[in-house]
Amino acid sequence: MSKLIFEKSVKGARAFTLPESGIPPAMVTEAIPADLLREEDPLLPEISEVEAVRHFTALSQRSYGVDSGFYPLGSCTMKYNPKINEWAARLPGFAGIHPYQPEETVQGALELMYELEQMLCEITGMDSFTLQPAAGAHGEMTGAMIIKAYHNSRGDTKRTKMIVPDSAHGTNPATANMLGYKVIEVKSDERGLVDLEDLRALMSDEIAGLMLTNPNTLGLFEENIREIAAIVHDAGGLLYYDGANANAIIGIARPGDMGFDICHLNLHKTFGTPHGGGGPGSGPIGVKSFLAEFLPVPVIEKHEGKYRLNYDRPRSIGKVHTFYGNFGVMVKAYTYIKALGNTGLKEVSRNAVLNANYLRTKLAGSYDIPYNRLCKHEFVASARKQKKEAGITALDIAKALIDRGCHPPTIYFPLIVEEALMIEPTETETRERLDTFIEAMLEIDRQARENPERLKEAPHKAVIRRPDETGAARNPVLKWKPKE
Amino acid sequence: MNYVPNPPWVVRQMLDTIGIKSIDDLFADIPETLKLKRELNLPGPKSEVELRRELAALAAKNLSADDRPCFLGAGAYDHYIPAVVEQMLLRSEFYTAYTPYQPELSQGVLQTIFEYQTMICNLTGMDLANASMYDGGSALAEACSLACDATRRRKILIPDTVHPRYLEVIRTYAMGGKMEIITVPGKDGIADPDAITSMVDSQTAAVAIQHPNFYGNLETGLRQIEKAVHGVKGLLIMAVDPISLGILKPPGAWGADIAVGEGQSLGNPLSFGGPYLGFFAATEKLMRRVPGRLVGETVDREGNRAFVLTLQAREQHIRREKAGSNICSNEALCALAATIYLTLVGREGLKEIARRCHQLACYAKQQLEKAGLKLKYQKPFFKEFAVAIPDPRAANTALLKEGIIGGYELDRALLLAFTEKRTRAEIDRLASILGGIARE
Ligand SMILES: Cc1ncc(COP(=O)(O)O)c(C=O)c1O
Repeated sequence: MSKLIFEKSVKGARAFTLPESGIPPAMVTEAIPADLLREEDPLLPEISEVEAVRHFTALSQRSYGVDSGFYPLGSCTMKYNPKINEWAARLPGFAGIHPYQPEETVQGALELMYELEQMLCEITGMDSFTLQPAAGAHGEMTGAMIIKAYHNSRGDTKRTKMIVPDSAHGTNPATANMLGYKVIEVKSDERGLVDLEDLRALMSDEIAGLMLTNPNTLGLFEENIREIAAIVHDAGGLLYYDGANANAIIGIARPGDMGFDICHLNLHKTFGTPHGGGGPGSGPIGVKSFLAEFLPVPVIEKHEGKYRLNYDRPRSIGKVHTFYGNFGVMVKAYTYIKALGNTGLKEVSRNAVLNANYLRTKLAGSYDIPYNRLCKHEFVASARKQKKEAGITALDIAKALIDRGCHPPTIYFPLIVEEALMIEPTETETRERLDTFIEAMLEIDRQARENPERLKEAPHKAVIRRPDETGAARNPVLKWKPKE
Repeated sequence: MNYVPNPPWVVRQMLDTIGIKSIDDLFADIPETLKLKRELNLPGPKSEVELRRELAALAAKNLSADDRPCFLGAGAYDHYIPAVVEQMLLRSEFYTAYTPYQPELSQGVLQTIFEYQTMICNLTGMDLANASMYDGGSALAEACSLACDATRRRKILIPDTVHPRYLEVIRTYAMGGKMEIITVPGKDGIADPDAITSMVDSQTAAVAIQHPNFYGNLETGLRQIEKAVHGVKGLLIMAVDPISLGILKPPGAWGADIAVGEGQSLGNPLSFGGPYLGFFAATEKLMRRVPGRLVGETVDREGNRAFVLTLQAREQHIRREKAGSNICSNEALCALAATIYLTLVGREGLKEIARRCHQLACYAKQQLEKAGLKLKYQKPFFKEFAVAIPDPRAANTALLKEGIIGGYELDRALLLAFTEKRTRAEIDRLASILGGIARE
């Protein structure tokens, strides 16, 4: 059993000490009024440095990252995170600068951000970018604000609805809701693409816009994207691109050319920055020029070789982040783009798509793949055959993969595929890794028929067995409490 | 550089397996008219040798607070980060993982979040805390939004002593239409409890207050404000400095319903404003409305202790358009930095750091006054205060000339912050330079 840091505390043990202040106590007579002081010390650990280090080292050993092995978590683009990026972000000239330093003392940082914006414009075919949103969902929210600001600026206030596909990620409808939009779902057709007839029927002068990923969450390219854009635009709506799946199309096709008005990118997916166990990410958004005036403040401008932050933007939606966004993540993405360059970025997408299609081809014999045709960077398999024949679910397969040394794919998403296994290998996997995963998947399929009971008990080799999640939600224990 | 591992002959064989001739054929589903028929207009690939040179040169164009005294605060603070923090953050099982959706494979990450939640609860005196928000400003905005949902009311009262950028973020979030933001003018650098008392009514969802406030002053009218807002059944939201909680009475003890704040001070570098973390804590009553990830303790089927993401029915991936927040990725690694930081400084250390910050600020006040300057507000402060100066920009320029990063420029004042990294000698220099300017 893993002890919590609090349970390892030893009264009086400590690691940290302050330097001498050189200020005699008698010199400082001012005191904080007593009724503003806390009565009891906060209950924090008391532990030596060596034991603290061992604690977190042990916890890291009970975790699994891309560096540990294959991590085909669909929609999350768990690619290798180049180490040079970590070095770059930690340079004192980047990590050690305060956001409110005078502009002339942070020219390198502003230059990096300005150039990153320019590069993202070129990559997406958009006209202006802001780097302020801290994650994909934050970018979506910023985009939806811009949609709202645009319609409002035209006095067009009856647009109270946002369309999202039935295959959309949860953040899309949740974002629309945060902006007060009523969410309307557009159906997918039998080919897994936006149903054009349904979309036409839904369009009206009450629709603010459509939020779409392309390739979509099934890993399929929305071939009719131009027509979709025309339908939305003809009715006065705007088209929002959720860039979670951009890893399929970098250097090959651009949302700006497809007719999208606003797009976000996830630097923590497409541009190789680490996911950090859940964050930080970065979700810059790009817009077409007619929307640029609504971007958050400040915007970075270049005048005669000098960079500055401009807050004087009367039509701006305002700020979505206290400072300028997740700068440290930007440094990593900038380094990544510079490392790969124009040709290297294109190879990213070409190989991401190659790897996905290789897996799809090899798994198609054993697993049902509802839309089994050319996919982009990911595809969605289904465990419905295994479920029907042996009672083995997508969850069981996920747990069985853990025993075989792989991180499981995303499961039960998108919602339109029963027993979904959403598999995204990324371009940074070798064929040998892919083959190991394929073998594991085929073996699991075999075991589903031969020994399903063992699968239902999986994982067997992890540090814990399946946890009681129902119990956790029914009786929530969200913090440690000392024993009475 | 090249991070694509398969050599051409392997690619060839993979294409054969798929049954197509070339990688180009994999993109046959993209209409030709949509394809980019040229290279991206970006520079070509670079080697690591070149990258190092280029990035180091860019970084060198910035003046780092790492090796010079920095008195800038205003929401981001130059606190010391113990060496252990960075070393542990570089354990790649942590930083190359994603959200712990698969608990059996992620017990380590889940446990660190559980420990983080516990530490935030203990610091703030609240019942529960989530796994982190994007930053202090967005955490406060989400708190205001939650208050409107929970009370089914619209009005949020905010004294203008709250960080102006936080206010801007809240106003932007208010575009959703469910919040009406009303700022309440402060008095002498702190919130005006009488004004707030007179403005709360049956439509007030919450009063949101920052303590210590943007000017570094302590909000001495908290008791009255708490009474006023609870008197109309609204919520009290407090944004707090986590370092101050080493000695200051925590939001829970003030009766706050939600406590948020900027967690950067806890082991995260300045990094030009991000990535930071917003911490978010609340009372048990609000548990099912809290945004973001929550980790809970449970047992596995053999009775072993286990940690899982829990109460997910609140979140966007389950609740979709009915979710209160859309947050998905958060600032997990920054929260881990905070956890390691709080572990290392520990119970005594945090108290000592808080006391030292206050002591240095008091010493600075004394020296500045000796040098002929006056504070803009005569109020109790924690680690930051505004010193009155006719031309704060000129003062900053003069300080910079002496290798000192000055303060945040206010109207005819300079907001100065004192972390435990500052020394008596640095403060003496600050006072003598600013004193020199004042005498001119
Ligand atoms: C399709 C899609 N949209 C949006 C998001 C949200 O992105 P983030 O987690 O960066 O907020 C995700 C993330 O998993 C996603 O897969």
